[in-house]
Amino acid sequence: MSAIQISVFLENKSGRLAEVTRTLAEAGVNIRALSLAETIDYGVLRLIVDKPGEARDALRRAGFTVSETEVIAVEMPDRPGGLAEVVDLVTRRGLNIEYLYAFVGQRGEHAVVIFRIDAAEEARAALKEGGARVLSAAELSRI
Amino acid sequence: MEVAALRALQSQRLRESVARVYETVPHYRAKLDAAGVKPADIRGLEDIGRLPFTTKDDLRETYPFGLFAAPMEEVVRLHASSGTTGKSTVVGYTRGDVRMWAEVIARTLAAGGTHRGDVVQNSYGYGLFTGGLGLHYGAELIGTSVIPTSGGQTRRQVQIMQDFGSTVLCCTPSYALVIAEAGREMGVDFGKLPLRVGFLGAEPWSQTMRLEIEAAAGIDALDIYGLSEIIGPGVSFECLHKAGLHVNEDHFYPEVINPDTGEPVAEGELGELVFTAFTKEALPLLRYRTRDLSVLIPGPCQCGRTLRRMEHVTGRSDDMLIIRGVNVFPSQIEEVLVGIEGTTPNYLLVVDRKPRQMDELEVQVEVSAETFSDEMAKLEALTARIRREIESVLGLTVSVRLVEPKMLARSEGKARRVMDRRDLG
Repeated sequence: MSAIQISVFLENKSGRLAEVTRTLAEAGVNIRALSLAETIDYGVLRLIVDKPGEARDALRRAGFTVSETEVIAVEMPDRPGGLAEVVDLVTRRGLNIEYLYAFVGQRGEHAVVIFRIDAAEEARAALKEGGARVLSAAELSRI
Repeated sequence: MEVAALRALQSQRLRESVARVYETVPHYRAKLDAAGVKPADIRGLEDIGRLPFTTKDDLRETYPFGLFAAPMEEVVRLHASSGTTGKSTVVGYTRGDVRMWAEVIARTLAAGGTHRGDVVQNSYGYGLFTGGLGLHYGAELIGTSVIPTSGGQTRRQVQIMQDFGSTVLCCTPSYALVIAEAGREMGVDFGKLPLRVGFLGAEPWSQTMRLEIEAAAGIDALDIYGLSEIIGPGVSFECLHKAGLHVNEDHFYPEVINPDTGEPVAEGELGELVFTAFTKEALPLLRYRTRDLSVLIPGPCQCGRTLRRMEHVTGRSDDMLIIRGVNVFPSQIEEVLVGIEGTTPNYLLVVDRKPRQMDELEVQVEVSAETFSDEMAKLEALTARIRREIESVLGLTVSVRLVEPKMLARSEGKARRVMDRRDLG
């Protein structure tokens, strides 16, 4: 199973982000990584969590607009040039990256980059061929 | 004209127009037959209550020309305004109607002291909207020099006002403030300009706004009222006493009714305005329900005119909004949203009038599970598409904002769709 990201629509109003994190805390969900994209009026919060299903349900119950998005999680060495090599594997095939964000794993040796690519299958194949380690949903939630 | 003579004239005109529409408009014949009324039953004004009302639905059912009482060979002009369900309201004028329209506008302008030699800057939009051409012909009839600037290009408006020595301004009240503000930024001293009076209408406004315009532009700001179904601008007008709007009631007979029961209200009480355009040739509507709320003011005006006066219109008995002279129905916006999303999303229309700016319409749309995307580009594209489609339906610039579900107030039963923050008191 591929990695799942939880995406949440947020109005630019004070207190909304805190509301999300409180809801997740009460549901016993641990946030692994997050990225926030915003305009003047609203933002989209993207979350990688240990329990995506629970996170989605808890947020929906709290009245948020939530979607589950399939993303690609790649483990890479945490050193200069690490991200460049991985990105290169994808763009070399002419695949378009919608967005990406990265975080460093707990042991500090590896970093994980999260890709959102429309042509997910092709991208996954390209990454594997290039020798990158694509994480499964289970592996991602264990990081 | 003496009141008794005016009433006799109105009675005669009512009889004639009822007979004519019964003869020439099948829709009216059917309506009158259904109400059990024959033209002979209408002997004068005292019988007007027996006639059925005409509503926007009648215009919609007979779209575009079905209520015309004159053959198309005699119709020399067509105007249109937006209607409730995408189809516009189409109105026609014969040569005689255009002449009569010019006369009632000439009266309107003369009541504010306009005369030959005046330079009239007409900043109402020229086009399907009745404002531009409506004012234009009346100003020409008086013999003024008309500048058909139409709306927009505000700095140029100010330049023309200075260079051509405009003495009279015709536009919406909010645009008058925009012009005044642009002039201030350009360093223009309105006190030194020959500009004297403004005929401002096509949208509701308040006494506070009048004082603001008068101070900013150094003019007498007079309210004019009208609606395209009846004629356009020129249905009623203020004189320099600014004590209500005189109805051109020799052409447009006014009644005020209780919008719920359809019964006339007592003299001096608030209700919905109803007009009978008995001298119109192309579109002589009988007892047309305007949905505008007002009061007929008892007693004569200091100016000596015997034409009765109505108060400023301050509200509607339906949910229509008038924004920069454009009629906006929430249902029009709903239709666009359904077209894009496949279902009715929750939405709220917020109308705002910031100091010295035009009215603004913001459409807040709740993001649903179906329309939500984790990609900003898609959300931005959705916003842009909603805005584009609404603008093309309304012919009005709007802003669109995506909001979280359930952030919009819901009331019991009917959702609250409109928040009007303008001060119209």
